[in-house]
Amino acid sequence: MLATTSAAQHTDATPLLQTIGLTKRYGSFLANDKIDLDIRPQEIHALLGENGAGKSTLVKMIYGLIQPSEGDIRWQGRTIVLSGPSDARAHGIGMVFQHFSLFDNLTVAENVALGLDGKEPFKDMSARLEQVSRTYGLPLDPRREVWQLSVGERQRIEIVRALMQNPQFLILDEPTAVLTPQEADQLFVVLDRLRAEGRAILYISHKLEEVKRLCDTATILRGGRKVETCNPKAETAASLARMMVGGEIMEVKAAASRQITLPRLLVNDLSLAPDDPHGVRLEHISFELRGGEILGIAGVAGNGQDELFAALSGERPAKDPGTIVIDGQAAGHLSITRRRKLGAAFIPEERLGHGTAPRMRLSENALLTGHAIGNMVLHGFVNTAATLKTVDRTTETFDVRKAKRDPEAASLSGGNLQKFIVGREILRDPVVLVVNQPTWGVDAGAAAVIRQALLDLAARGAAVLVTSQDLDELAEIADRIAVMFHGRLSAPVPTAETSRERLGLLMGGSSIEAPEAPHAARA
Amino acid sequence: MRLVLEKRAERSTIIALISPLIAIGLTIVTLCILFAILGKNPISALAVYFIDPLTDGYSLQEIAVKATPLVMIAIGLSLCYLANAWNIGAEGQFLIGAVAGSWLAVKTQGTDAGHWVLPAMLALGAIAGALYALIPAICKVRFGASEILTSLMLVYVADLLLDYLVRGPWRDPQGFNFPTTAEFDPVATVPTLIEGGRLHLGSIVALLVVAAGAVLLGRTIKGFEIRVVGAAPRAARFGGFNANQLVLLTFAISGALAGLAGIIEVAGPVGHLQPGISPGYGFTAIIVAFLGRLNPIGILIAGLFLALTFIGGEQAQIAMKIPLDVTKVFQGILLFYVLACDSLILYRFRLISTSPKVQSGAR
Repeated sequence: MLATTSAAQHTDATPLLQTIGLTKRYGSFLANDKIDLDIRPQEIHALLGENGAGKSTLVKMIYGLIQPSEGDIRWQGRTIVLSGPSDARAHGIGMVFQHFSLFDNLTVAENVALGLDGKEPFKDMSARLEQVSRTYGLPLDPRREVWQLSVGERQRIEIVRALMQNPQFLILDEPTAVLTPQEADQLFVVLDRLRAEGRAILYISHKLEEVKRLCDTATILRGGRKVETCNPKAETAASLARMMVGGEIMEVKAAASRQITLPRLLVNDLSLAPDDPHGVRLEHISFELRGGEILGIAGVAGNGQDELFAALSGERPAKDPGTIVIDGQAAGHLSITRRRKLGAAFIPEERLGHGTAPRMRLSENALLTGHAIGNMVLHGFVNTAATLKTVDRTTETFDVRKAKRDPEAASLSGGNLQKFIVGREILRDPVVLVVNQPTWGVDAGAAAVIRQALLDLAARGAAVLVTSQDLDELAEIADRIAVMFHGRLSAPVPTAETSRERLGLLMGGSSIEAPEAPHAARA
Repeated sequence: MRLVLEKRAERSTIIALISPLIAIGLTIVTLCILFAILGKNPISALAVYFIDPLTDGYSLQEIAVKATPLVMIAIGLSLCYLANAWNIGAEGQFLIGAVAGSWLAVKTQGTDAGHWVLPAMLALGAIAGALYALIPAICKVRFGASEILTSLMLVYVADLLLDYLVRGPWRDPQGFNFPTTAEFDPVATVPTLIEGGRLHLGSIVALLVVAAGAVLLGRTIKGFEIRVVGAAPRAARFGGFNANQLVLLTFAISGALAGLAGIIEVAGPVGHLQPGISPGYGFTAIIVAFLGRLNPIGILIAGLFLALTFIGGEQAQIAMKIPLDVTKVFQGILLFYVLACDSLILYRFRLISTSPKVQSGAR
């Protein structure tokens, strides 16, 4: 095989990239504590860890974005100091970020040109772009403007941009987080090919099955330290998860019997034009959600999930009252406060700045959504004792860890703040809960607590609508799953009767829009 | 070595408290340099500015008189600024309030109108100020016009309107052609607190406004709405708070307070309507609001301090021939330092040693 011959050319003793005792200190906080990492040519090396484990800090040092406090980075055996990303690129280190840095109103070629350091004429660059994208099976039209492209295509631009510099070593930060399962499979083919060419890849992910399938080596970080380097194929997903978390994760259990009762949330032919020009228009969305039921909405980010949340919550009321019915009451025209009074609760995706005011205390953030009902406000005056009591109850029930009784929201970790927000809404015993990305960027322990809370709420008779990009999460808690694509929603299907492949096709846009199957070909 | 500004994990409460003091300290140092350049002895100039006014009764009363409009206006402005609505036109709202209230005083002049005149004047002043402030607020909400520009430009409209009235229709026939109305009747005058003194009832009103501001911001849901809408607009919308409504409300309140301050000034210390009734109270109040950290108690202290600079400036002009404009320079520098020091609440300075490894590194 080609793979073995090119491997033999490298002496196995010298890794391509090596970090020795790499440490990054922020004040008294150790973001990375003496990390040793060896990456060999022709290796896909997984970097695993929870949020806050230090993965980003480590790769940022390797890519020259931040300077290490201590320790060395060695490239082909020689110590190097990287003054910036262009320095790293000059050595042959490339990186594809999780969040794309693309200009929506420029073409693919213009975006790539902006990211390159070279002085190559635009025409040559454009031709080379087409050639590279064809060689690696990443088809791209250099003349199209970015706003017309799907998320998967945008990622291709980032990958092609990195490949055009012919890197020996490529860092990929959670590349599959925004892809459908089919798109992810296509990406793996590309990565296999890069490995066969003798390049090395550092692959950041928290999808363990994926890592087991793709990666040769895995390094696990926890709390800024390296826990272990192992062969992921020899481990189970559970054993990898244990190393990441440093203990057992609570298992999420659905109630033995759940009663499906009356329809609590009805959406009838909801259509809504977007606020901003690049937003998504909601088109003819209809579904019914009964008490005791959890409906999951899958889909790649940016297909109208945020717009649907704004419409359901009343942040953007619709004109026609009948389009949204909450617990038997026409609510399409009502404000978010009036909808809360009908017994609805909402949890947005963005914790800081949307779900909470970051620089305000937790008690004030309890008031933010709690003022509508209960005893927090009397004759226009705030009952501070009641707001503090909500904080205490939430802290107790959901194990929110914080430095003092009533700190600022921004001082909590992502998982703890999310537990606070979920607790704040759930302790009001809503009859309808609409939640967007409940466990996004949350550590595994907190994610389990939150999923369990959603299941328990449904078991008490509430209707729960969960929007998530994580299919595993939906499979775990949802009774039925629908898929959102280009502002349309597919018919919900019982979770047991669907499969990743089917959902993946829907996420890619096949069969939601009429029966024109060839649409899948664009993926 | 390199000096960088680094974000703090949590806002520093200590700096939040002492930042105005640091700003004042830096301003005084700058002022000393300025005095030295002017050829005056900085120490004795400072003494005339900041110490002498505190040593005699007349000056103390005068400080309270000057602080009254500053504090009332600044409380209103702080509500706007907390809600992220930038009312820069308090000076105009102050003048319009003064004009509207004076209308009643002029119309009832020499009649046997009773004690209802003064309360009615105060009400007119507040209502006119609120309506005048609503013009830029409505333009912002309805058309997206920048309230900073529109509110500022309306200052000049108000200024010229006042000028026209006292030179034309309302001019005192016995006033030797001076541009001023006749002295207001006693029923149209704000009573003094001390017989023969300058301190008047308006100072009590200002204290009540401070108390009301503190209760509104600290204890009520409306005050909470105002703070959230400024601090986190998206969260405010999620909370169900209407940002446009709050822009209108805060502009109306701040306009009403500025207008009330205007009519109190005219019916109190001045006693008649004339051009130049304000040495820029509406603009100085912006400094008061920020120096007081947009906090009612802080604003009370800051108002007294800036009133002191007005009095000190006058005395320095008399005693040391320091130009009165130095007071304005002082106030401008102070605002500059206050805003600069505020960044230290969320950020801190750090000295970073440039790594010695850069030289040894293989290139």
